Amino acid sequence: MELTEIQSPFFTSKDLETDQEVRWCPGCGDYAILKSVQNVLPELGVPKHQFVFISGIGCSSRFPYYMDTYGMHSIHGRAAAIATGVKLANPELSVWMITGDGDSLSIGGNHLIHTLRRNPDINILLFNNEIYGLTKGQFSPTSHVGQITKSSPMGVADSPFNPLALALGAGSTFVARTMDRDLKHQQLMYKRAYFHKGTSLVEIYQNCNVFNDGAFDVFTAKGSKPETTLFLTHGQPLVFAEGTKGIMLQGLTPVIVELDKVNKDDLWIHDEKDLTKAHLLSQFFDKEHFPRPFGVIYAIENKPVFNEVMKQQIVDSKIENKQLAFSKLLKSSSSWEIK
Amino acid sequence: MQSNHSYKNIVVKFAGDSGDGVQLTGTQFAETNALFGNDIATFPDFPAEIRAPIGTLPGVSGYQIHFSSESVLTPGDLYDVLVALNAAALKVNIKLLKPNGIIIVNKDGFDSRNLRLAGISENDHPLTNGSLDNFTVYEADITQLTKKAVSEFNLGNKESERCKNMFVLGMVYWLFDREIQNTIQFLEKRFSKNEDLMKANIKALQAGYFFSETSELFSSQYHIDAAETPAGLYRSINGNQATALGLLAASVKSNIPLFLGSYPITPASDILHELSKHKGYDVMTFQAEDEIAGVCAAIGASYAGHIGITTSSGPGIALKTEAIGLATMLELPLVICNIQRGGPSTGLPTKTEQSDLLQALYGRNGECPLVVIAASSPSDCYEMAYMAVKISLEHTVPVMFLSDGYIANGAQPWKIKQLDELPDIQSHFITQVKEGEVYRPYQREENLSRFHAIPGSEGMTHRIGGLEKENITGNISYEGANHELMVKIRAQKVANVAHQIPLIEFDQGDENSDCLVIGWGSTYGSIFTAVTELKSEGLNVAQLHLKYINPLPLNFHEKLKPFKHVFVAELNNGQLIKLIREQFLIDALGINKIQGQPFSLLEIKETIKQHI
Repeated sequence: MELTEIQSPFFTSKDLETDQEVRWCPGCGDYAILKSVQNVLPELGVPKHQFVFISGIGCSSRFPYYMDTYGMHSIHGRAAAIATGVKLANPELSVWMITGDGDSLSIGGNHLIHTLRRNPDINILLFNNEIYGLTKGQFSPTSHVGQITKSSPMGVADSPFNPLALALGAGSTFVARTMDRDLKHQQLMYKRAYFHKGTSLVEIYQNCNVFNDGAFDVFTAKGSKPETTLFLTHGQPLVFAEGTKGIMLQGLTPVIVELDKVNKDDLWIHDEKDLTKAHLLSQFFDKEHFPRPFGVIYAIENKPVFNEVMKQQIVDSKIENKQLAFSKLLKSSSSWEIK
Repeated sequence: MQSNHSYKNIVVKFAGDSGDGVQLTGTQFAETNALFGNDIATFPDFPAEIRAPIGTLPGVSGYQIHFSSESVLTPGDLYDVLVALNAAALKVNIKLLKPNGIIIVNKDGFDSRNLRLAGISENDHPLTNGSLDNFTVYEADITQLTKKAVSEFNLGNKESERCKNMFVLGMVYWLFDREIQNTIQFLEKRFSKNEDLMKANIKALQAGYFFSETSELFSSQYHIDAAETPAGLYRSINGNQATALGLLAASVKSNIPLFLGSYPITPASDILHELSKHKGYDVMTFQAEDEIAGVCAAIGASYAGHIGITTSSGPGIALKTEAIGLATMLELPLVICNIQRGGPSTGLPTKTEQSDLLQALYGRNGECPLVVIAASSPSDCYEMAYMAVKISLEHTVPVMFLSDGYIANGAQPWKIKQLDELPDIQSHFITQVKEGEVYRPYQREENLSRFHAIPGSEGMTHRIGGLEKENITGNISYEGANHELMVKIRAQKVANVAHQIPLIEFDQGDENSDCLVIGWGSTYGSIFTAVTELKSEGLNVAQLHLKYINPLPLNFHEKLKPFKHVFVAELNNGQLIKLIREQFLIDALGINKIQGQPFSLLEIKETIKQHI
């Protein structure tokens, strides 16, 4: 994949560490995500004081304290609204939002969908561990039906969100999925997210080894991974199971095929710009026998970027001498002089 | 009233169906009188529904205007003239018409259909049953006359009928000997894209004026001289316009961009509308998906170095509560404008009330004091909104600015205050650290405010958040003694604002008066006028009016100490009075009204008379 040419780094990943002790549980998937982000940032050609990390509440939302950039650990669910305010006020900043499945899909669901709809140029890293960790183990809006948790001793009764389908439905311009165990893939996704103009949503499967250990083992364990995961590359056919299986489209119906029985040219070729195909891929979710897609599912740049439109309105009506204009504005509606 | 007599004060109430254009008629009449040189006070009163069922009692919309050759501070208790465009409008408003007052009725609005919709039996026709014998009634077929007048234009039946508000305005202009030119100019501008509508409305206005002149409908004209007003440049302004302009003034004066994060709500939306017209001043208006996003985006913008503002009314403020706590913890500037309305819950959206004072003072989790200030009149919103920004930027604290539906929509003449007449603003946003120093986000200056290094500034990267933080470093701290220190510091920061605000002075009377009336916010005009009348009746009453409520002016206690009788007048069930009783151990008495309407003078006067 071609990315914009990278300038020499202003700083190293080491420079991003703060003097704060990292307080996630030992073995938490968050460590790997922190490491990956710290590895990516120096490669983006941006000085570190231009980065802002805004988070909500939850385990993942402690993230900004561990990044020596600008950062705000805000309130539950509201990071998207705060990040939007930061980006609108200063579009020069590289704004990253750190959030979790409870933070953004439950209490902050409204802000998430409206932010995706507006498309400000911010990067959203959604740590999905399918559980409430910080409050010690209740089910989340991505927990699966029947899951036994502290608040569902007889099993979860409600159906989970499909986060990527939700994002596409809300009008996202960049939707990707990665996993905590795969540092390289994460870094690639974060870079892609940074260079995307508009809101980028990256869902990260993140293991909570205390309250929901192994939730994603089926995708990360060596034995099962080849059969259960599908790594996407733009322009390449959909192939998995160590090159033995592929996916074809019969009309709008995806079909799993054995590669030795079909012509490779007939396979579904991944096209990040195709919304219909992105919707189909997002439905590889609770679809039996189908692998879970990882990578950039959808990326387009032909939708207006919210902060650019808002800025342009100011530029278009720019007043040179504000003091003088304001003096006239005060008088402008019919005024009268008393002598 | 006698023929061709001069009057000092006149109160006119225009009333009709909510689709009749009564608000426009009223604002035009108010503006013309203000331009003539009268002092004015207005009170628009309309239903919460955009188009309540036509012709019914709940659908009645009203616009009251008090104009005078003397200073006026209230829209008046009772009307001299009632203009009723239909039967429902008459039925709803007749009870506040002065004995011997004038009624102008549109006879076409009293047909059997309109009577039925207003719940009036045809056998009990108000224009013939003698119920109006104590008033002077002028009847005209205003709808029919209007339709005839505009028949030459290419308008539909409905559009023609809608011009009747201009016809009636023309009639009233003649009655009070006012020129119609200002309204003609207004119509030319308003309908510049539809020539037929423009010409028809102008024609209706002229036709109404000439009808009054030639039909000899009215027995006389009434004259109200211009008021003697201090020299200067004036304009008419309502509270929401003044609030928007005051906020904008602070942005222009401080040269810091303004960011408004807001969600539409009655009666605050006009501030959003007004500011969204002024983007060229580096103003960004963000209409958010909800109230919470509105305030949170404002906090984000404030964090990035803009003036973060959010505007709403009580129900919206309730939703913003947690975020206001965050701003307090972050010690960032934030201005929250609450244009109060009747509550709780959805309450009375279009009616006025002062019942969010305790919400403003205490309505958050944890120890979370805010600076709370309140505007006392429509034009005062300009300076108080300006002061809200100034205090917030200089003390790095959120400021709650209180207005309400009464002054938000009410208009008055305002002597325009230019930027050079307003105090300077020193923000605490920084982009550079002093040489040889390390930036510490919660390092404080003398008034305990902190300096905020805005993102993008080199060498000052730092993290802040809603968790308790260690003083000076801003690092997370769960240590008990530090938490207590920070709670005290946040309270002291608010208390320190008292050194910046003006001392309070008696508006009337002095420490030797027999009793004291205290009010706050929008009730200033009603209380002032009531106290003036009581004094002229021989009672020795003093008035103190609060605009700065938290912190209170430093000399407030000293001012009220000498009084045995202290009254607290407010449009709620007793909120400021709790504060006064609690802080100063004074056995104050409440004067309260909770009817969605401002005080009448009588209501204030009667309570005071009963007790002294």
